[in-house]
Amino acid sequence: MLEYTIADLEYYNHIIEEAADKFGLDCYPQEFEICNYEDMLSYEAYSGMPSRYPHWSFGKAWERKKTFYRYNLIGLPYEMVINSDPCLAYLMKENTLALQVLTIAHVYGHNDFFKNNRLFKNGTRAEYAPEMFKSHANRISDYIADPSIGYARVERILDAAHALRFQVYRISNEKHLSPDESKKILMDKYYQSELNESPLIKDKKGEGVPDWDKVPLQPEEDILLFLLRYARLSEWEKDIINIVRSEAQYFIPQMETKIMNEGWASFWHYKILNHLNLPQSMHLEFIKRHNQVIASHPGTLNPYHLGFKLFSKLERESEDSRRIFDIREQERDVSFLRRYLDEELCRELNLFEFQKDNDDYVISEISDEPGWKRVRDTLIMNVGLNGIPIIKVKEIGSENNLVLDHEWDGRELLEEYAHHTLKYIARLWGHKVRLRIHGALKVLVSDGD
Amino acid sequence: MAIFRDYDSSGGRDRSAEDRRRHRQLVEDSIKKNIGNIIAEESIIGKSKDKIIKIPIRGLREYQFIFGKNRPGVVPGTGDEKRGDRYEGAAGSEGQGTGEGAGTAEGEDYYEIDITLEDLVEYLFEDLELPHMERKKFSYIETEKTNKRWGIQRKGIPPRLSKKRSMQERIKRKKMVERSYREMDVEIDNERFPFSEEDLRYHRIKEELRPQSNAVVMCLMDNSGSMYQDKKYLARSFFFLLYQFVKYRYVNVELVFINHTTTAQEVNEDEFFHRSESGGTFISSAYEKALEIIQERYSPEVWNIYAFHCSDGDNWQADTPKAIIKANELCSQCNLFGYGEIRLTGRYYQSSVTILDKFKTSITADNFIAVSIGSKEDIWPAFKQLLTVTDKE
Repeated sequence: MLEYTIADLEYYNHIIEEAADKFGLDCYPQEFEICNYEDMLSYEAYSGMPSRYPHWSFGKAWERKKTFYRYNLIGLPYEMVINSDPCLAYLMKENTLALQVLTIAHVYGHNDFFKNNRLFKNGTRAEYAPEMFKSHANRISDYIADPSIGYARVERILDAAHALRFQVYRISNEKHLSPDESKKILMDKYYQSELNESPLIKDKKGEGVPDWDKVPLQPEEDILLFLLRYARLSEWEKDIINIVRSEAQYFIPQMETKIMNEGWASFWHYKILNHLNLPQSMHLEFIKRHNQVIASHPGTLNPYHLGFKLFSKLERESEDSRRIFDIREQERDVSFLRRYLDEELCRELNLFEFQKDNDDYVISEISDEPGWKRVRDTLIMNVGLNGIPIIKVKEIGSENNLVLDHEWDGRELLEEYAHHTLKYIARLWGHKVRLRIHGALKVLVSDGD
Repeated sequence: MAIFRDYDSSGGRDRSAEDRRRHRQLVEDSIKKNIGNIIAEESIIGKSKDKIIKIPIRGLREYQFIFGKNRPGVVPGTGDEKRGDRYEGAAGSEGQGTGEGAGTAEGEDYYEIDITLEDLVEYLFEDLELPHMERKKFSYIETEKTNKRWGIQRKGIPPRLSKKRSMQERIKRKKMVERSYREMDVEIDNERFPFSEEDLRYHRIKEELRPQSNAVVMCLMDNSGSMYQDKKYLARSFFFLLYQFVKYRYVNVELVFINHTTTAQEVNEDEFFHRSESGGTFISSAYEKALEIIQERYSPEVWNIYAFHCSDGDNWQADTPKAIIKANELCSQCNLFGYGEIRLTGRYYQSSVTILDKFKTSITADNFIAVSIGSKEDIWPAFKQLLTVTDKE
């Protein structure tokens, strides 16, 4: 028996919405779906989307989460919110009323973040999100049902595209040039400098005219895009790759703002609920739950905690109450941490850096005066897309062999994974693929499966 | 004002069922590929076939470019951390990856699947493309009678009386009588209507002979002083496979265990693996014992005999000619006779010429095979090699 009615939720939602409005949150219309444990598990496995194309990785995600919940390795989420307009959120039916109230307030924080953060605003189209996923699901189902294509071939392409979907441009929001456009810019630059140089210097350089037809003209970071342009793929294969690519594009802003987004939502549920004058028993439970959500455990970085601390501190220290709103609009985790994670907070959170030393891990840096910057920078190297190696398509070599480079920053690739991923590139490319890793000290080669 | 929807109506659907099935199928495929490693796991050897074992299975990996373990990480601590101290918790600190399962870390994808040993063995043999095994002439000896009901008949013995059908017959007869009485305008005598002989119906029983095939697995093992426990363990894995294999092919499988040093004796399974004796090795003694048992209890006319001998190959020189003769004799009696030499690579002193080499040159029977096992990784390949041997008619 539930300890609340929909009417209760509507009542609390109403006063939360009023508070959110008063505080200046700017949200999409909100929709809540109350669902049970099984539904929640499914939504989680499919990233909250009401429809998604079939793939075993979602089945795996489901099994995995189920296993984790069964062994209590992680708790079930209280809610899920998806970036859509109207904003769609799922609430666990079994939650207590106090937890639902907290969750509803939390959801409005995410909602505001989705609507206003620059990455979401420019990188995703919230009003079409559920329809986009639905249409992708339909297209893929059609290919599966098509007797000339079928499940196995669709899966082969999906597997390969999944493996490469986060190999994307790191600077989002910068206009992406087509090959022709970037060629024009490079040519202009080249001939411009040619005009300005004295013949003497030019002779010294001794370089010929660049090969303007080289593919790619400049190393290409977006591997799927490169393959779409230059690999010999049939239309349905291209369509599947496009589907996977556009879904990845939709999720990337979430990867890039995990700390901010959770921090912002936690900051607001805390602020709103304190403002509501809840009955005491409810308030006590709310405080307890809130502390669980933002708890920090040594050894694990809790994005809720870090984000909550940062926004709370920023609010405390800002004279203009709109400042935190500007920050939530402009930043992503990388810039957010770089600008606002200071020595004081690093110290307060006891952040430290560890590194592998032979078979052991050692503490390599701590958050004291000489060390905190490095701790912060290492943390930055691990958030969002920074945690994913940069691999660039360098050139098409002899016999159509594709040459790729790993942009080395001292962090080694996990070779076994790299090798398998390379197989997928070879599968789509149709010829041999070489990847130079560890500063080109080593080359991995694959000719597919 | 937000909209609230109660999603209780969704109860019936199981959205992820198909994707789970596919994942599971792919995992099973990968189990099959790695079955050799699984079968050599100590934990499953010697368990009964119905036993459900939990194998930790890696969920199918979703490969992508990720960093290895040498990248530094940052986590909160207690404040007591000092530069240069060892950090123990690093294993759990992976996964600063966010959103959409985007692993920036390898992730611990283990989960358990339940599988019975029998299923595991199914997997094992399913994909082997086994050569068709010749059955013994009398391998189907019809030993068991089953009594199966096969319709209804009018004659029979009381235990097979079908009460239901007899009752129906009686009612039919009664209705008929009543109708004819009505037609004849005779008053119906309602009082009694006893069963008559012609109402009675009996089950018809078909006697069926169930074919049954018999096989015996003879496990022979050297338990002289030089057969250390780890060698026995390898032998045991091998016997386990052989037994499972034979069991897979025949309905009735018996096991015989023979230990030997310089003399041989039949023992039970527990003794077989755990007894250890000092002294030298006369391999021929074990073969003689096996031949004796075959003669007494397992006539090759009726039994499919699989004999396998594990030893470290350190036989008494003088015994070797005799061992070869007896081995040849065993070949003539058995469907398959195999010799497995356990040579732990580079760990113990091994005589340079072992009996394996002698056997290889002096035993030419088609149904003989000699394999060498150096580590648990060798077990499955060695076993597959064993299966390539032509079964003797």
